[in-house]
Amino acid sequence: MRLSELSRDVPAVILTVDDVASHDPIAGRLRELGFVAGEAVRVVANGPFGGDPMLIQIGFTQFALRRAEAARVQVERSA
Amino acid sequence: MDTLRVALVGNPNCGKTALFNQLTGSRQKVANYAGVTVERKEGRYTAASGRLVQVLDLPGAYSLAATSPDEAVTRDVCLGRFQGEQRPDLLVCVADATNLRLHLRFVLELQQLGLPMVLSLNMVDAAQRRGIVIDRERLQRMLGIPVVGTVAVRRGGARDLVDRLDGDMPALPAPTVEGADLHAKVVKLLSACVSMPHRIAEFDAAADRVLLHPVFGLAILSVVMFLMFQAVFSWAAPLMDGIEALMAALGGFIGDAMPEGPLRSLLVDGVIAGAGGVLVFLPQILILFLFILALEESGYLPRAAFLLDRLMVGAGLTGRSFIPLLSSFACAIPGIMATRSIQDPRERLATIMVAPLMTCSARLPVYALLIGAFIPQQTVAGLFNLQGLVMFGLYVLGIVSAAVVAYVMKYFKRDVAEQSLLMELPSYRLPHLRDLAIGLWERGSIFIKRVGTIILSLTVLLWFLSSFPAPPAGHVGDAIDYSFAGRIGHWLEFVFAPIGFNWQICVALIPGLAAREVAVASLATVYALSATGDAAEAALSPIIAAQWSLPTALSLLAWYVYAPQCMSTLAVIRRETNSWKTVGIATVYLFGLAYAASFITYRIAMALSS
Repeated sequence: MRLSELSRDVPAVILTVDDVASHDPIAGRLRELGFVAGEAVRVVANGPFGGDPMLIQIGFTQFALRRAEAARVQVERSA
Repeated sequence: MDTLRVALVGNPNCGKTALFNQLTGSRQKVANYAGVTVERKEGRYTAASGRLVQVLDLPGAYSLAATSPDEAVTRDVCLGRFQGEQRPDLLVCVADATNLRLHLRFVLELQQLGLPMVLSLNMVDAAQRRGIVIDRERLQRMLGIPVVGTVAVRRGGARDLVDRLDGDMPALPAPTVEGADLHAKVVKLLSACVSMPHRIAEFDAAADRVLLHPVFGLAILSVVMFLMFQAVFSWAAPLMDGIEALMAALGGFIGDAMPEGPLRSLLVDGVIAGAGGVLVFLPQILILFLFILALEESGYLPRAAFLLDRLMVGAGLTGRSFIPLLSSFACAIPGIMATRSIQDPRERLATIMVAPLMTCSARLPVYALLIGAFIPQQTVAGLFNLQGLVMFGLYVLGIVSAAVVAYVMKYFKRDVAEQSLLMELPSYRLPHLRDLAIGLWERGSIFIKRVGTIILSLTVLLWFLSSFPAPPAGHVGDAIDYSFAGRIGHWLEFVFAPIGFNWQICVALIPGLAAREVAVASLATVYALSATGDAAEAALSPIIAAQWSLPTALSLLAWYVYAPQCMSTLAVIRRETNSWKTVGIATVYLFGLAYAASFITYRIAMALSS
């Protein structure tokens, strides 16, 4: 499933980050920020208007991602 | 004695600027990098050995693969590619000790540059409090560069770094393999050198549950913004009155001491009145910036941006645009200066362009005069005051117009790449007084030095236009009517007649370019009233109520919603964008909108009243 579809406080693990175009600087930046396979992620909060943006916890860091950005990240619920 | 050139590099939110302040104190120079509007901060100190250390505080960056102008500057300076900027002798990589998983990746990337490096683990005290244990010796061995611990916000907290910089130049780090998996390396380093019990600070999680709550979060944000505005208006007002009184007293003193003549007029009506017009903004600017800096330092500002991002995106802006635009309700000058916290240059430009549409406090005297004279005191729907409704409508008109303009700008630029948020929410921190003071000092001096000089020279020019040529003896009518300004005003009447402006308004608009509230005083001058200040408004009100038609008054109200009758705003746009072209575009589009809005208002009002 995509990170944008993940519910709040459900622990998950990243599978891949997809490029939406051949050169996708946003996907590249996500990888640099630590969105790489095997990392644990969690949705901490959703924005008050339409649940956008989302607040994502990865490692010690929290990032605000718009839904279109979070949709680039494929995740899997961790057991 | 030799000089060591050091550059501080690190991720945003690593405490780099606090460390820079700790190292250099107030011996800082703030300017822009050549050709770009990225702030360049340099400072210096003398080491114990007598060696001079020049410290450059590079913009925060996550990676050398730059995605913003800030990051491009950092990359180019580190690579020695930036025109007119010497490559540093040594890099001090600053990493937040509580967030090494993110920050170490950039350190590894920087190791490929072939520059001597020192790693400064900042906020080691916070890491200790959270139970994070870092084996510094081992990290130093594995990285192959010296590692020191610092606490940037504590007195003497950078001593280890200062001592290390004064020692021998560290050996060049062994270059990592190009394209190596830096994340895998970070994970390896962390598992070998760092042990941590908690993933996130308890306090942050608890605070965010409330502050980012869809209902409570927005309610608290409203309260914070309300307090900020209360403070700006209630604290700044006496200071502004004081500055005005002081400048008036100074003008009066010089006026009495000097003989009548053009020189006295230049000093009193040009220079002193002009400087007063600039300085009077200072209290509002400083108080607004005190709030903005404190909110930024505490970590709340990115959270406010998180809450409001969706709303602002709808208009082609970003959550980060909110605070600058809100500040513009007090004054567009600090609002435009506050756009520096917006990383994306397109979003920053859009925010700067619409900031002048927010109803600033300088419009209030003009609105008050016109509404008082033309809108009857009556109750609408048994509840609302008609005058209050009109005032409210003018505010709404400004906000809606800003949203439309930003949206249109976005539409014209829709071909460029997707705009991203990808914003880190840092840990909450208590703002540090020294960092606040240095930040305020910087903003205040930028305003006075860079903006003040432009405004002052334009004010003198306006004084010249309004005072020369002097009317010959026996001239009937007011002196301003005979001056260049009067002639231009009369000529402009031809342009402004279709929107209902008479020649008195046209003449008043020219000195009124200095600042919006000046229009009241200049109208009083044109109508040859001797009263000044609040008395001018009281004396003007019956005159214009008798002489102007209602459509003319409404048209002038519409004009003031849009027209950039404020040189300070244009000067600060020039300063912040480093581009006269942007100033030109802003001026033309704002005057264009003003003319169109006044035209429509005038024609509709004429049709309805006939």
